[in-house]
Parts: sequence; C-alpha cells; structure tokens
Amino acid sequence: MGPLVPDIIGNELNYVVALLIGIAFGFILEQAGFSTSKKLVGLFYGYDFTVLRVFFTAGVTGMIGVIALGHFGLLDLNLIYVNPTFLWSAIIGGFIMGLGFVIGGFCPGTSFCAAAIGKTDAMVFIVGLVIGVFLFAEGYPALESIYKAENWGYVRIFETLGLSQGVFAFLLTTVAIVAFWAVTFVEKRVNKDSNLKPIPVYVTLSIIAIIIGFSTIFLPDRRESLLAKVEKSDVSKTADIELITPDELTLRLIRNDKTLQIIDFRKKEDIDSITLPNSLPMKIEEMFDKDSKKILSKRSKDNIFVCYDGSVAKKAALLGKELGYDNIMVLEGGFNLLKNEIINFKDYSLSEKKPDDTHRFRAEASLILNEKIAEAKKNKAGSETKKSKRVIGGC
Amino acid sequence: MNETKYMNPYLAGFLLGLLLIITIFITGRGLGASGAVKSVVVASVNTAAPSHANNQKFYAEYNTEHQGEPLKNWLVFELVGVVIGAFISGLISDRLSLKFEHSPKIRSTTRFVAAMLGGILFGFGSQLGRGCTSGAALSGMAVLSTGGIITMMAIFGGAYLFAYFFRKLWI
Repeated sequence: MGPLVPDIIGNELNYVVALLIGIAFGFILEQAGFSTSKKLVGLFYGYDFTVLRVFFTAGVTGMIGVIALGHFGLLDLNLIYVNPTFLWSAIIGGFIMGLGFVIGGFCPGTSFCAAAIGKTDAMVFIVGLVIGVFLFAEGYPALESIYKAENWGYVRIFETLGLSQGVFAFLLTTVAIVAFWAVTFVEKRVNKDSNLKPIPVYVTLSIIAIIIGFSTIFLPDRRESLLAKVEKSDVSKTADIELITPDELTLRLIRNDKTLQIIDFRKKEDIDSITLPNSLPMKIEEMFDKDSKKILSKRSKDNIFVCYDGSVAKKAALLGKELGYDNIMVLEGGFNLLKNEIINFKDYSLSEKKPDDTHRFRAEASLILNEKIAEAKKNKAGSETKKSKRVIGGC
Repeated sequence: MNETKYMNPYLAGFLLGLLLIITIFITGRGLGASGAVKSVVVASVNTAAPSHANNQKFYAEYNTEHQGEPLKNWLVFELVGVVIGAFISGLISDRLSLKFEHSPKIRSTTRFVAAMLGGILFGFGSQLGRGCTSGAALSGMAVLSTGGIITMMAIFGGAYLFAYFFRKLWI
C-alpha cells in the first residue's frame, strides 16, 4: 500500500503534503523548545538534555512504526528511501556538523524554527549555512573523491551488524530508555537538584517502551518472513495448489482464452528464447512489488505460474496465497513437460504405435502453439515494462 | 528559566516520531532541512552565473536530477512549512520577538562570529555527510540506514568531543 506517492498521491499534490508536513514539523520543534540555541547545546554541557530526549524518542518511535508497517504489509520497505552509506563522508561530514553544532548552537532545521520566531542569531546561522553549502559546492571537484569513497550502498544497520531487524530495534529502544534515566541523573547533578526520586509515570512509560521494543523481535519484515516460510515448505505434499496440465493449458492458449495470463518464473534468457503467449516474466521476490500486484490482482484473469519443473512455481503459488491472490494455477511438470509433450512434439503415428486422441490433439496443438510462441516473441521485442523505483530523498 | 512553557520532551519526541512515520508512509522519504538550503544555493548560482552552473559538476549534477528546476523540490516546500509551523507555535505560546540571543558572558560580536562560523561548518558538513540532523540522523534512524546512524553518531560524538573547547560560548 504505502508509500502513497506517486501512485495514490501525485507528484504535484506531494508538494502540498510537503508544506503540511513541514508545518507540523516546525510546530513540534518549536513547541519542544528547539528554537533557542541555549536549549539545543544543553546536552553537550549537561544542563539540559531536551534534545536527546526529543530526538531519541522520535527516532525510536519512527523506527518501530516503520517496522510495524512493514510487518503488516502496509508499507513496501523496498520502495522507501534509505540513506546510502558512504563511510568516510558520513564520519567526516558528521564531525564537521558536530563542530558547527557546538560553535553555532543550531542545526539546520532548528535554525529555521528559531529564525521564524524572530531569533536574529539563528538568521546569522542560516546565512552561514548558505555560505557553507556554497563552499562545498565550489570545492566539490576536489572533494568528490572523499564524498564518494567507501560506498556501501543502501545498507541497513542490522545487516551491517549481522543482527535481525527486531533484535537491533529492541537494543536501540533499551539504550534509549537507559540514556533517558542516565541523562536525567546527570542533569539533576549539574543543575544541583537533589530530588532524585523517580517519577512513577516515567517508570511505567519506560517499561511499556521496553515491552514494545521487545515485541519488534516478533515483527519481522513481512517479505523476509514469508519468503523464508515458503522456502521451507514442502511443495510436493501441498494439496491445496491448483494444477493445470500442459494439455489443458495448450487448449486454452490455442482457443485464445483471454482470461488466461501466464506468469513465467524462468530465467530471463530462457524466456527470451521461448516466450509463451500472454506471458509476463516475474521473479519470486518481485511478487511483493506494486507492479506485480497490479498484474496478479486482475479479477478476471487466471494466473498460470510456470517454471522449469513446477517446484518454484508451486512455492510462488503458496506465496501468492499468503499475499491474498486466489486465482493461481501451477503448470504441472512446468515448462519442461510442456516442451516435451507439446512444443517439441514427436509424431510416432508413423511407427507401430496406434495414435490415440491425446496424440492427435498434441500433433495439431503443437503446430498452433509454436506459431503463437513465434508471434509472442515478435510482440515482445520493443515492449519493456515500466518499474516502480525506490523513492529518492535525502538532504 | 520558564521551561514549563515548552512541551514535555518525550511527548514532543513521540509526536515527532508519529510525524516521521506518516511522512515515510505517504511519501516514502523522511524529513529534512539542509537539502532545501542546497536547492536555494543551486538556484541562486543558476541565476547569478548560469555558465558556471553548467560547467561545474556539483550544480550540473543537481540540475540534471531536478530537471533544471532546483526550487521545485520536496524539501523546499517542507522547509517553508517549517517556518510557518514554528511561527504559529511561537504565536500561540507567545514567544515571538526579535532577539539576538547569546550568553551574557560573551559579547554579541562573538556570538555573531560563532553563529556564522557554526552555520558555515554545518552547511559544509551536511553536504559532505549527505544530510543533517533531520535528513540523515533522524530519518536515517527511523529506516535503520547504516549511513544515517553513523552520521548521527559522528554529529553528536563530534559535538561532545569539541564541546569543551567552546564552553565559554555557552556556560
């Protein structure tokens, strides 16, 4: 379902959304007290940890929310923007920003909040920002090698650390809660507040947060867990997969059955060499994509899953069932059987064997089907399917 | 200190987290700020020195990505919203006033130089680090991006590391 842009919310409307989200963002930052440099740098000197509390709570909430949306299949995590990792620029850039933070007292977002309510020092900071970006832009040719060094791609932290998503989320939540208690203690020391008694509401909230954090372990990414489940299943014993014989499929194909749609799970080069009529290529992991959903959820169509021997197609059919598609059939014996029995039909009527009905049907059908395959190959050339791409974002 | 006027930080953080979830759910991307500054810089250079913008790689790459319209950028609209939202918040909480804020122990010229220098460093660093506290650190954490989390640790780690040397500016 999500992200709603660009399919449900168009790119133009997205600018209106941006404005509204910005208003909410600015409002929350200002209400939290992020419009004064004194409060912002407090965490670096121990007298005010508001920034850490707001920032960490927001980050953990966001993280758990995204994990939950992904788990329940409401958000396609493969389409959302994940900041790419370039190790050196991330570290060096981060350090320079940290230095700018303690000298200037703002970060970009908060400086605009402060300027909005009339803080002139924030306006000076913004002028500095513009100069800083300009200096980087001018120095870019010289900086490009550092900027692009050590490119790890769109990796996610739990992959880097070799943990599961849920375990990392739980650890981070716990770290955040521990940090909240620790900084409160430090803050009271620095501000000479001797009342160290914990506030019961915060004790309760901490426990709830840790329980929620723990529960993310049981909210694996829906995609990963379904793929693993299907991979483990023993398809030979599964009775609830509907099958179609090569003869039946051929009959429907030569009758130009418009309700038929073949989903071909073979390798691209094999599909290119023999393209079945009315067929679309797909990979099992692509079944989660929005594009595949458009194809598979057509009400009036029967989806015939084809692979080499039927085993992959059966797994795909199980996955299709999990994803809520109920109009799937699997070609029995796969493409190989279809090829042996019909496409490469061997006429033995000239030999001693007496031809039966099936044999006569196949002899006739083979000719028509091969014509259709040649036609499908011709049509295929030049028609490339459009794909949904990952959202481009970032600063 | 009249801190009671501000929202409870955990509540503010929770609301900000919800906003982040909504943003990612709707748009597929997180929040940001420094990217809008970049758009403004590129747009200014495009207008002031078009030939330079065509020849220099940074502007050329950016203009290609944005089909020559750098200001038609999601983050620019979002940042305009930030200013409006913060203004509304200031109005409601009676915090609107022109004020050059600095520690009583330093002169306003010192604060001026520090704010300017801090801005320059942050602007420069945000470009090198591909995002600032909002775009890289906060949004990166929500989507568990390795790069975002490294940048976040570097920003806060760096700030703690350097804080001692600039303590006179604040305390």
